[in-house]
Order: sequence, then structure tokens, then C-alpha cells
Amino acid sequence: MSASEPLLRVEDLHVEFSTEDGIVRAVDGINYQVQRGRTLGIVGESGSGKSVAALTTLGLTRNQGAAISGRILFEGRDLVALSEGELRAIRGNDIAMVFQDPLSSLHPFFKVGVQLAEAVRAHQDVSKDAARARSIELLGLVGIPDPGRRVDEFPHEFSGGMRQRAMIAMALVNEPKLLIADEPTTALDVTVQAQILALLERLQRELGMAIVIITHDLGVVAEMADDIAVMYAGRIVETSSAERLFAGPEHPYTWGLLKSIPTLTGSREEALVPISGTPPSLINRPSGCHFHPRCPYAQPDHARIDPQLQPVPDDPSHHVACLLESELRRRLWAELRTGCTPEQARAAVGLPAPPNASAEEGSAVPGTSA
Amino acid sequence: MSTIEPAAQPVPSGASDEPLVEVRDLVKHFPITRGIVLQRKIGAVQAVDGVSFDVRRGETLGIVGETGCGKSTTAKLMMRLLEATAGEVRFDGQDITHLKGAPLKAVRREMQMIFQDPYSSLNPRKTIGSIVGQPFAIHGLQQGKGERKRAVQELMETVGLNPEHYNRYPHEFSGGQRQRIGVARAIALKPKLLIADEPVSALDVSIQAQVLNLLRDMQRQLGLTLIFIAHDLSVVRHMCDRVAVMYLGRIVEIGPADELYAFPRHPYTGALLSAVPVADPSAHGRERELLSGDVPSPANPPSACRFHTRCPKAQERCSIEDPPLQDKGTPSGAQAGTSAACHFPLTREEVAEIGVRSAR
Repeated sequence: MSASEPLLRVEDLHVEFSTEDGIVRAVDGINYQVQRGRTLGIVGESGSGKSVAALTTLGLTRNQGAAISGRILFEGRDLVALSEGELRAIRGNDIAMVFQDPLSSLHPFFKVGVQLAEAVRAHQDVSKDAARARSIELLGLVGIPDPGRRVDEFPHEFSGGMRQRAMIAMALVNEPKLLIADEPTTALDVTVQAQILALLERLQRELGMAIVIITHDLGVVAEMADDIAVMYAGRIVETSSAERLFAGPEHPYTWGLLKSIPTLTGSREEALVPISGTPPSLINRPSGCHFHPRCPYAQPDHARIDPQLQPVPDDPSHHVACLLESELRRRLWAELRTGCTPEQARAAVGLPAPPNASAEEGSAVPGTSA
Repeated sequence: MSTIEPAAQPVPSGASDEPLVEVRDLVKHFPITRGIVLQRKIGAVQAVDGVSFDVRRGETLGIVGETGCGKSTTAKLMMRLLEATAGEVRFDGQDITHLKGAPLKAVRREMQMIFQDPYSSLNPRKTIGSIVGQPFAIHGLQQGKGERKRAVQELMETVGLNPEHYNRYPHEFSGGQRQRIGVARAIALKPKLLIADEPVSALDVSIQAQVLNLLRDMQRQLGLTLIFIAHDLSVVRHMCDRVAVMYLGRIVEIGPADELYAFPRHPYTGALLSAVPVADPSAHGRERELLSGDVPSPANPPSACRFHTRCPKAQERCSIEDPPLQDKGTPSGAQAGTSAACHFPLTREEVAEIGVRSAR
């Protein structure tokens, strides 16, 4: 295997669930890759398909009547084509996962040490004593004080931050090459969140693992990720390096996300600019560009043409799926970053209002305008 | 006659000297008992332990702190949803701490609450019309059927809901729309005080901004006084005129938002601000101060200054002598600074060192 071969390469992944209401297209043809030792951040709102994409990597969506197509190449092996048994050998061994809610991910009846030892013995042929010793070592590694005593405690005796540390310890049992963290800090306080993020970064440095971090928090990805993929309605709409994404975002949805969060340094008087409307149903997605009903820059043909991810002119590593001209997007963002509203930005570059602007549900209501 | 008309003269913040709410030495201890028939009290969770502050008319006061610091309990005590163990809450000049019956009902009309979870705070078996109209029913207002429907539909329009959805049920609405329903219900009686307890933490970022803007609009239109409880420090900075920081049942720092974020004096405030992730990768790799360990149990809090067990600046004095909450001023002396409960408040150099991004 060549050095440049990515650790994980996802190609044209589709995941569909059939439900009583119709087919939910949770993931709709996404491509991404993760290099060894690097961190990819996947950002999106609830229902954007970001968690389903991650769960599918580990084969965890297989039993729910899901139709999965495409390829997930991990070190050259296609995980989609593997049998459940083969996948089991990889899951928790080469690829491990940390979930959002540490309380419901730990079994309340068993001691933390027992659960950790189980994870050790599932993949390594070691004695119970050795597994216990490894559990204590891991709890120490993730920064739990007095691990020799804590190993015999139950999950309810741990605080939220310690539970998440224990979950991370469990994920690290077999020194995975890839760690998938699905909203690892969403349930935690900001001080504990900072501890957990620092822990993940330290472990990544020490163990050389790659991380896929899934979150809705742009602050968290900015802190953690080398590369970022922004998901909307089951698709990746923009992907680039983290620096580039925050310095020169290209997709109107990314702009919307960046403009709708208050910052610690911005003007307090400046009104937030929310994205109007609500995320679309994945059963009946809008035609054309899926974002067009909420996009303040949509043009009549955007409801017909489905944009593909394409590189931006001067940066082959930065891809965006948007029907606006690249030149126009740059000018719009230049206006927006000075604090303009989307309407002002549109006027400044001479772009007509979207055809559905007046009929749009969110745009004419209080709270969505400045 | 519109139900929701802009207050004739919205009270400008700071115009009236008398605060709307005065909280004095408020204490709430939840007993810890043992035994099934004979319950002996073996201790107490000191959820709120001696909190005093004022809420001025027309302002937005933010209360921040980690899980379990007592911020929601403080709000519930102010609303009289919990009985205080000791202390006093004065609302509009009246002591409401021990009110009962009709006088309490009259006061409750003046204060309303918006809850965190827009899913569990709406009755799934009632229509939106009946949920938003409930405050009228409780207080015997807008008795006529057509009259109440009109009032409710006006409220729905005010908060950006389609009035034609009067007969729909909560499950037909998205999270952001449900929070709008919560806002409509809260402002139905034109209260003086609105307490929002983590109103946006269950919402997606794009929707969060819609609700924050709505709350700001409503406050300006109705001249509301708003108490905004949240753990997201960026959101609090955006919304609030003044901010109180709580730790283990006490206020450790309180002051104007601009001052508090620019120059935090309490080491805990500094640590909180330093921990906020910033959506700017160029700030990556900056020094920051991580608090070690977890918040101690409120059933057995540390002696004297409760933060001393985790404080990087703690000295022997901090575990012996309880620091009072007092104005620390600013070095320039030009502007009033924040009040902090600390023997060794942060200096400008230290604030820069620990990586507080909002520091000036």
C-alpha cells in the first residue's frame, strides 16, 4: 500500500431506509477520505445524515432494512462487502466509536472495569487479570484519577465527563487506527468539553490514530479538525481544509451556519442571521439543489438543476456543490463578512431575489429578520 | 384592540431606579433522607446557598454556570415553583417568598417561563390553540370563544407562526416552531418578567438564531425584563446586558456583560471563557487553561471559597475565609467593573495568559 493511500475512503455511499411514509434517503452519494493520523470534521444539523454515514462505516445500520450501496474502503478492504463476522473483527479493533450520550452507552449493571475488560477480551486472547490490568492502564491514560479504585465503580458513580472518558478508554482498548466520535461533547459542559477535546488531541498525537469527529458545533470542528465536510440533506455540500473553510467558505449553507452563531468577539448589536425555514424531510427532498428553498441567493433554475461537488477554481482540494458562479460567490461572501444581511449582499452584487422569497415560510416572520 | 400591542412606553434599561426583582440571601437545600418509613435527614444538597442580586427593569440578565451550579433552581425559586429554604424574593417591590392563594396567582401572571425542551413542555394531546390559550383560561380572560381564538391567533402571528395552524397538534411542528409556541404562551398575559431556561440548547444552530432573534424582538416590543439562563457563553454574551456566573450554588461574579467578557476577575469565569471553542482555526493551538477534575458535590461543598479545590490561584486563605462578592473595579477606574467573590482576582496579564478570546 502506498503512503498516500488514505486510511479510509468512502466512495459514492448511499444509505436508504424504507419506512411506512416512504424511502428515507439518509445518505445520498457521499465521498470523503481520511488520511492516517488526521482529523476529519463532519458538520451538519440534525437529519443531515452525518451520523448515519458514520454508523454505516461500522456496519451498524445493516439490520434496519437499510439499502446500502457504494464502497467504504478501509486500508483497501471494502467494508460494505464484508460479512458480519469479518466486520466484527474490525469493529472495536481497527475502527472504534465514541457516542454522544455516555450514560446510555455504558451498561448500568456492570462495573466500568468489567465493561472495559470485556472489550479487551473480545479482540485479544488474554487472561482476566491481564484484561483488568489493561483496563486500569487505559483509565489512567484517559485521565481518570485513581484508576485502580475507579475500575471497580459503576457508571452511575462517574460524572458525565468521566463517563465520556471511560467510553474513550473503551474505544482505545485495541489501539484503533480510526476513531469515530459522534457528537462526543454535546452532552457536556463547556469546561468538560475542553478537557475531552484536549484528551482526544493528546491521544491522537500519542497513538497516531485518525479521527472522524461528527458535530453540529462549528467551534468544536475549528478546534479539532484538519479537514471539514459540511453535510446537508444527505449530501456533502462543501469540503475543504479547516483553515480554508473558515477563511473563505463557498456554499450559502456554510455562510448561513457561520452567520447564525454568536461569537465571543463579534459586535453584540449585530443581529444574528438565521437560515430561514427548517431542514427538509429526507423522504420528500426539494428538487434541484436541496438547499434552494432556504437559500437567499437561489435563482429560478436552481429548483431544476442538481449541483455536483466541484473544485473551486484556485484550490483543487476545496469542493463545493453550488450553482452560483464562483466569482459571484466570492463577492457575496466578501459582502457578508462585513456584516451585511443576505438581502444587502444580494443587492450589492446585483443578484435578483429568489423566486420563492415571498412565499417562503420563514422569511416574513419576526425573529428571522434583523 | 390587539392583544399584543407594543408597550406604550417601553421601559428603557436603567431608566427606573427600583429593580423589578430583588433576590436576597436566597437559599434552597434539598434534604437527603435515609429510611423508608422513618425518614431521617442525613444531609442536604445545597443547590442554592446564599444568592443575592437585582434584576433591573427592561434589562436582560444572563445566568451562566455548569450543570448543577443552581442556575435553574434559582429561576424556579424566583417563579415560586420551589419553596425557598431561606431568603427573600421581592417582585415589583412586593415580598413574594411566602405568598399563597390569590395574591400568588396574581403575581404569577406577571412572570412567565420558557423551558429548555420544546418537546416535553407542550402537552401532545392539546391543540396549539388550546395550549396558547391556556393562560387566558387560567386567569379568566378573553372568555368569549371567538374572542379567545382571535387573541391566540394574534399571538401566533406575533411569534411568527401561521394562525391557520390553530387546530394543529405539537407533533406537527418542528423544534424551532415549538419553541415559538412556548414563547407565544409565555407572552400571552403580557408579563413583566420572562425567564428563559436554556431556551435554545435543544435546537439546531440555524434554528437557534431564529429563536434568539425572536426573543430579542419580543423584549423590545413588549418592554420585557428577561432572565436568560444558558450554558453557552457566546449566546449569553449576545443576548444579555448583565451576566451572573454561578458555581456550586453561589454567584462568583456578576457585572455588565461587556466588562465581564472583556476582563473577567474571578478565576472560574476566566476558565469558563477560556474553554469556549472558537469557530476560527487560526486561533488553534493557543494556550488555554483547562480546569482539572469535576465540580465537587453540592451535598458536601468545599469550605470557604467553593472554587478553591480547582482554582489555579488558590492559597491557604481561600480555604479558610469566604470571599465576599464585591466590586473589583477596573485598573483604569473609569468604568464600573464586575463584582467578584475572590481574594486574588485575575489581572489583565493573567486574563491574556489563559487565552480568554473576548479579552480587551
